[in-house]
Amino acid sequence: MYRHRPAEEPPRKGTPLGMRVTILGGIAVAIFSVIFLRLWYLEVLSGDRYENLANDNRVREVRVQAPRGEILDRDGKVLVANRTELAVQVRPQDLPKPGPERKAVMAGLADVTEQTPGEIEREIERVQEESAASPVILDRGIGAGKVYFLRENQDRFPGVTVERVFTREYKQGSLAAHLFGNVGEVTSEQLGLPRYAGLEQGDTVGQSGIEYEYDRFLRGKPGASRIQVDALGRPKGQLRSEPAHAGENVRLTIDADVQALAEGALGSFGLPGAFVAMKVDTGEIVAMGSTPTFDPTIFTRPLTQRQYDSLVSEDTDAPLANRATQGLYPTGSTFKVITGIAALEEGLITPGEIVNDDGAFKLDTITFKNAGDAVFGPIDMSDAFKVSSDVYFYELGDEANVQTGRGGPIQDWGRQLGFGEPTGIDLPAESEGLMPTPAWRNRLFKQDLTDRPWSAGDNVNLAVGQGDLQANPLQMAVVYAALANGGTIVRPHLGQRIETVTGEVLEEVRPAPRREVPISEETRATIMEGLRRAAMEEGGTSYGVFGNFKFPIAGKTGTAERGIGRADQAWYVGIAPYGDPEIVVAVTVERGGFGADTAAPVTARIMESYFDLPQTPAVPVPARPETTE
Amino acid sequence: MIDRLNLRHFDGVMLAAAVGLIGFSIFTLAEATRDDIPGDPLYFVLRQIVYALIGIGLMFAVARIDYTRYRELKVGIYSAMIASIVLVLMFGAAARGSRRWIELPYFQFQPSELAKILLAVSFAAFVIERLRRGTDGRQTLRLLGIGLAPAALVFLQPDLGTALVLGVITIVVLFLAGVRWTHFAAIAGVGAVLATTVLVVAPAVGVPLLKDYQVERLTSFLNPSDDPRDSSYQTRQSQIAIGAGGKAGRGDQATQTELKFLPERHTDFIFAVIGERYGFLGAAFVLSLYALLVWRALRLLTLSKNLYGTLIAGAIAAMLMFQVLVNVGMNLGIMPVTGITLPLMSYGGSSVLVTFMAIGLLQSIHVQAQLRTRDSTAATALLR
Repeated sequence: MYRHRPAEEPPRKGTPLGMRVTILGGIAVAIFSVIFLRLWYLEVLSGDRYENLANDNRVREVRVQAPRGEILDRDGKVLVANRTELAVQVRPQDLPKPGPERKAVMAGLADVTEQTPGEIEREIERVQEESAASPVILDRGIGAGKVYFLRENQDRFPGVTVERVFTREYKQGSLAAHLFGNVGEVTSEQLGLPRYAGLEQGDTVGQSGIEYEYDRFLRGKPGASRIQVDALGRPKGQLRSEPAHAGENVRLTIDADVQALAEGALGSFGLPGAFVAMKVDTGEIVAMGSTPTFDPTIFTRPLTQRQYDSLVSEDTDAPLANRATQGLYPTGSTFKVITGIAALEEGLITPGEIVNDDGAFKLDTITFKNAGDAVFGPIDMSDAFKVSSDVYFYELGDEANVQTGRGGPIQDWGRQLGFGEPTGIDLPAESEGLMPTPAWRNRLFKQDLTDRPWSAGDNVNLAVGQGDLQANPLQMAVVYAALANGGTIVRPHLGQRIETVTGEVLEEVRPAPRREVPISEETRATIMEGLRRAAMEEGGTSYGVFGNFKFPIAGKTGTAERGIGRADQAWYVGIAPYGDPEIVVAVTVERGGFGADTAAPVTARIMESYFDLPQTPAVPVPARPETTE
Repeated sequence: MIDRLNLRHFDGVMLAAAVGLIGFSIFTLAEATRDDIPGDPLYFVLRQIVYALIGIGLMFAVARIDYTRYRELKVGIYSAMIASIVLVLMFGAAARGSRRWIELPYFQFQPSELAKILLAVSFAAFVIERLRRGTDGRQTLRLLGIGLAPAALVFLQPDLGTALVLGVITIVVLFLAGVRWTHFAAIAGVGAVLATTVLVVAPAVGVPLLKDYQVERLTSFLNPSDDPRDSSYQTRQSQIAIGAGGKAGRGDQATQTELKFLPERHTDFIFAVIGERYGFLGAAFVLSLYALLVWRALRLLTLSKNLYGTLIAGAIAAMLMFQVLVNVGMNLGIMPVTGITLPLMSYGGSSVLVTFMAIGLLQSIHVQAQLRTRDSTAATALLR
C-alpha cells in the first residue's frame, strides 16, 4: 500500500499508517457489532415484551359503568331510578405538567365547573390519593352549552372529557328518604373487602341504606370499552368492547301509598318522630319513616360541610337520622306489655288477680304516682292495660326486682323479646338500645358515671317504660308482633325480592325469624284483650281515637318522660285487626305529649290507609280526666 | 458523457449502498408519513426525492473533480466554513432555542452540516502541511485548535450533535496523520477533564455551560419518565417501537409510529420506524448497507493515491460511523439523545445533500486511485 504514497510524503515517526487504519477498522467492527447485538436483543429476544408495551400505549380501557338497578315499592311503583347526566371528567395523567400550560387548562375548567382552579387541583389531589389512575369527576349535570364548548375546544383541554354518568333519581321526591341511603364511589378501604371483589376505583356502590344492603344486586356489572388512542390521547377507533350489565331491581315491602300517608300524618306535627308499620307474621315493613326528613337528591351532588352539618345537627333535629331504627328512647307505657308478659309467664300474678290502685305506690321513702294523680281502684290485668294503671305495674316491677346481675323476669323477657339487640333489619347502622340491669348500673356507679347503684326503684320505673330504658320504634313493633303472632320474634325486612328488569323474580327475601318465645295462649289473650279495651272501650286510653274504627284493634299509648324541662315523648303501638292480627304499627313523636294526642292518631291514619278505610271520625271524649298512662 | 463522469472508475458497491439507503428512506417515508400533513400524503416523500436527486447530482459533480485540488484552497475553504457558521450564529433562523439554519429560497440551509465535509477537506490539508514541519507538541496543539474551532462555534449555536461530529473528524484525521500516541493520551485526558467540567463542575458552581435540555438529553436515557416532552420518553417510545417490530415487523399495524407515540419519526427517529414497520429484517438490512458503505470508505484509506485522500476518506468514514452509532444507538436506547441525523435515512435537505457530497468525495478518491493505477499499468505496458 505504500506504493501509492506520493513522493512528497514526509517520513513519519510513530506507528505506520497501516496499523492506524486497522485500529479504525476495528472500531468500525466493534460499533456495528454492538448495534447489531442490541438490535437482536430488542427485536428478536424481547419482541413480545415490547409488543405488549406498544399495546399498553395505544389501548385505553375505559370502564363502562352499569346503570344501577331500580328500587320499587311492593306494587312495582318506581321509587329510585337512574338519570343519565353529562359530567366533566379529568384524567390526571393526561393533564399538562404543573406550569403555565396547566394553569391555563385549570383556568378554563374553572369557568366551566364554576369552581376555583385551586378547588379543582385539590379535588384532583384528593382522588389521586385514593387511586392515582382513576378519572376525577369535577361536575355533574352540565348543560349542553358547556358540553359543546368543551368539545369544540378540546385542544385547549388536554385530559378533560365529557362522560355520561348515572345519577340516582328519586321518583317520589323525599318519600322514604331514610330507607334508600346514598351511592358513592367505592373507597380504597372498601376495595380491600371481599364484598367489593371485582370492583375498581371509580366504581359506584351503595354506601348506606337499601343501596348498601342490596348493593351486590343493584350495582350490576361494569363493562369495558376499549379504544385506540394516539400519543395525545385522542381516540382513534373502537376496539372490541364488553357491554355493561345493568343491576337487578330490588322490590321493597314498602307500600308507597301507606308510606306517603304516614309521612304526611306524622309530618303534620312538625315534630321529630318515627313510624313503623310491619306485618306481624313475616316482618315485612309496609311503611317506615322518620321526621324531619330530607331531600335525598342532595347526595347526588357534592355536599358542602354546611349542608352536611344541617343534616346531622341537633339544632335541626338531625333530619338524616332514621329515628325508626336509630332512635334511643324510653318507651313509656307501651313497655307495660313486656312487664305483663313477664309477670304472667313467671307467675308473679294471674290474669284475674285484683290489685287495688289507690293512685300511689310507696317504695321506702319514694312515692310513685299514676299520671295525672288518677285513682283506678280495684283492677285486674286487663283493666290495668285498658286504663294504663301505673300503680298496677309499679307493684309488678317491685315484685320482679332482682338486685344483682342481669336482673329479674322483666329484663329476661325484655331481652328475649328483642330489647338491647339489633332487630337484624336489612338496613345498616341500627341502634341496639339498652335494657337496664343491676349489673349495668352498678358498673356505671363503680366508674362514677352515675350517682347511685341499682335499686328497686329502677325496676319500678322499668316496669312502666321509664328511666334508663332505651329502644326504638322498630324494636317495639317486633315485640307487639310477637304478642300478636303468638311468640315469633320476626326479623324485620324492607327487601321483598330481587327481580330482573323484566320483572322475573331472581330471589325472594324471606329472612327466618330470629327465635320463638314461649308466650302462653292465656297470657297472649289477656294482654290482647286489655289492649283491645284500651282502644275500643269507653274509658280506654285511646278510645277517643279508635272508638269508631271499622273493626276492633288492640293498642297501647305511651308517654315517656325525657327528663326535667323536656316535653314528654308520645308513643303508640297498635295491632290490627284485633281478631286476626295482620299488622303492627308503632309511632313515636318526640315532644309529642300524651300518646293518645299525637302518636295514636298517626297510627289510626296508617291503619286506615293500609286497610283502605276512610278516615275514622274521632270519638268525642268528654273532658278526659287525665287518667291515661 | 459516461466517460466524463468517470463512472467506469466509480466504486459500484459504495454507490449501490448509498442509493439503496436513500431509496429505503423514501420508501419508509412514503409509508410512515402518509397522515402527517393532512391532505398532503406525499409531502415528505416528494421533498426527500428532490433532495436525493440533487444530492446524487452533487455526488457525481464532486466525484468528477480531483479532490487533490482542494489542498491549495484549504485556507479559503476553512475561512468560508467559519464565516458561514458565524453567519448563522448572527442571523440564523432560530428553532427550539437554537440557531442552526439560514433561510434560502425553497430551502433552509444548515451550514454546520456542510461544515463536516469542508472541515474534512481543509483540515486534512492543514495537517499534511503542518506535520511536514515536525510532529512536536506545539504542532499538534495548533492543529487541534484549527480542527476544534468550528466545533466550538457550532456548539455555541447550540448544536451539540454536529459539534461532536466535527470533533470526531478532527481527532480521526490527526490520528491517521500519525500524531504521536503520547499526544493522543494528552488529548484524551484534556477531553475527559473538559467533559467533567461541562457536565459536573460548571453546573455545580453555578456556571451552566450546557443548556438544561442538553444535560437532560445526555443523562435522561438513564432515568426514563412518562412525559412526552422528555427526551427519555422519546427513547423509551423508540425502544418500544423497535422491540414491538419483532423479527419481521408490524407493517401497517405499527401503532407506535402510526399513532404518533414515536416523536421525530421522519428525522431523528426514522430508524425506530424501520424497526417497527419492517422488524429485525428491515433494520438489519439498513445496518448492512451502512456497514457496506463504511467498509468501502475504510478500504479507500489504503487505496488512495496520496495521504490527503487517505485522511479525507478516514474523516468521512469516521463521520458516517459516528453518526450511525449515535443515531441508531439513540434509537436503540444505548446512546443519549443528541439530535444527530441518520445519514441518507433521516428526512432533510442539508443532511442528504451533504452526505451525498461526502460520498462524492469518496468516489473522487476512488476514481483518482483507479486512474493512477490505470496510468501506471499503461506506463508499465509501454516500457515492456
